Amino acid sequence: MNKFINIALPKGRLGEKVYNLLEKIGYGCPAVLENSRKLVFEDEKNRVRYFWVKPSDVAIYVETGVADVGVVGKDILLEQNPDVYELLDLGFGKCRMAVAGKKGEKLPLDKTVKVATKFPNIAKKYFTSKSREIDIIKLNGSIELAPILGMSDVIVDIVETGSTLKENDLEVYEDIVNISARFIANKTGFRFKTKEIELMKSTLEKEIYND
Amino acid sequence: MSYSNVLSFEEKVSMKLMQLFGSFGYKKFKMSKFEEYDLYIENKSFLKSENIIAFNDPTGKLLALKPDVTLSIAKNTAENETEPRKLFYAENVYRVSGNMHEFKEINQLGLEFRGEVDTYSLCEVLNIAKLSLKEISDSYVLDISHMGLLIGLLESTGLPYDIKEEISGYIGTKNSHEIQRVCRENSVDNELCSKITTLASLYGSINEIIPQAEKLIVNETTKNAVEELKTVCNTLKISGNADNINIDFSVVSDISYYNGITFRGFIENVPGSILSGGRYDNLLKKLGKNSGAVGFAVYMDMLSYLDKDVNRFDTDILLVYDKKVSAEKVFEKVNELKAEGNRVFASSVPCKNIKYKTKIVLGEE
Repeated sequence: MNKFINIALPKGRLGEKVYNLLEKIGYGCPAVLENSRKLVFEDEKNRVRYFWVKPSDVAIYVETGVADVGVVGKDILLEQNPDVYELLDLGFGKCRMAVAGKKGEKLPLDKTVKVATKFPNIAKKYFTSKSREIDIIKLNGSIELAPILGMSDVIVDIVETGSTLKENDLEVYEDIVNISARFIANKTGFRFKTKEIELMKSTLEKEIYND
Repeated sequence: MSYSNVLSFEEKVSMKLMQLFGSFGYKKFKMSKFEEYDLYIENKSFLKSENIIAFNDPTGKLLALKPDVTLSIAKNTAENETEPRKLFYAENVYRVSGNMHEFKEINQLGLEFRGEVDTYSLCEVLNIAKLSLKEISDSYVLDISHMGLLIGLLESTGLPYDIKEEISGYIGTKNSHEIQRVCRENSVDNELCSKITTLASLYGSINEIIPQAEKLIVNETTKNAVEELKTVCNTLKISGNADNINIDFSVVSDISYYNGITFRGFIENVPGSILSGGRYDNLLKKLGKNSGAVGFAVYMDMLSYLDKDVNRFDTDILLVYDKKVSAEKVFEKVNELKAEGNRVFASSVPCKNIKYKTKIVLGEE
């Protein structure tokens, strides 16, 4: 008998896409998509247990071993640097992490740069690698407001299509890194459910890359 | 008298492990709580974190609360020791850990072999590591790796140090897609790249992995590594100690200190490795000692994940005596109950906050 796999999914569009993919390759759990307030769903037949969690918490659930595997954006992994295995690049949920600021201006060279961001660790690491000194202003949303209102010189944020930036008269100065969804696993879980997790990984890989 | 209901899970495991280490002739080594700060600055990269609690001693010398034990033991090795030393320790170390990045006191139990590391000594340490895990839980795995394979493969890429470090980090997280990306960006040839990704993803029993590891040989370093791994695994297999042992090359440790065999121990339901060790001749060389060394540490604080016994009773018997009963009578009753193997909490007040199995009232006769 296969062991149960506990899967942490990020609430929202990405999570639903991942669930549909998993259902297609034999890890279905019909109750998941029912509109309910339940957070844990189990399917006895397919040996899976799903949790819906806040996207930025997925890595924590996996690192602490409550979930054996999970799907999370590379941005979260870079920011939190959790101690987990990153087994597969799912190739979707693509976007990039970028430095952006007011259109027509440039990254100031002659002073400490004020950076507004949801991702302080990524911003710090990037600017340190460029030997730039920065002041970080940590925000939790509406990052685009910061340069418009003069709170910061630039922002470090996720750019998908660039339309939000455009609407706010901002543009990308520099790209930092490409982002996509990743399939991660707990290091202990991987050792005690090796067969189950490796099978899930290879089936996902086949489904995504051999289509 | 049995201590089973007085000691915590951690204390019980600690006793069992020390007993185990002692049975192989290892002797306890008690060291000072403080160490000279310089030792850690000179060997910064050996430590997982750079945060150290430092303070001045009465003469103004800068001291530190030990963040690590291995360095202290290594420092105390004589320069040209000819006879082997077998030591174990149970010490508190002070490190920053957890999500809040605060200093924590962590109880570490470890074992160190110092001297010429031959096949037997190496297998002995591996076997003790395995038995230690078994003392903690029957659901355990000991993962063995050999640094030589990683070092050799990275060597043959000819890449600069920082990129090798990056790849080595990706091997540690079994991240084949990023390894492929870095290899592509730095035009590493495809065959070598696929060998490195294989190295990261190989995981399984000795019998499954050894033949696959042989295919990863590219130079002298990797060849020697596979040879040594094979010898050790065969010895463990023949002596019947190979169950629950897997090979996993994603067990990466700092290259400048560790060489040869490294290993990690895992217990089901404990996130992350609870035991970690390896061969670290390089560390001793850095400290100017001409000796081999292999050892491991068990992180006792992680046992809290297994200790689910929260409803433990404070006492077996709550003995409530009437104030009019003479103290001699109470003594007599307490001794009688204790002799039967009970823990007794005697009080003239009927305590409500104490969890007990049985309550006995001692009234006036």
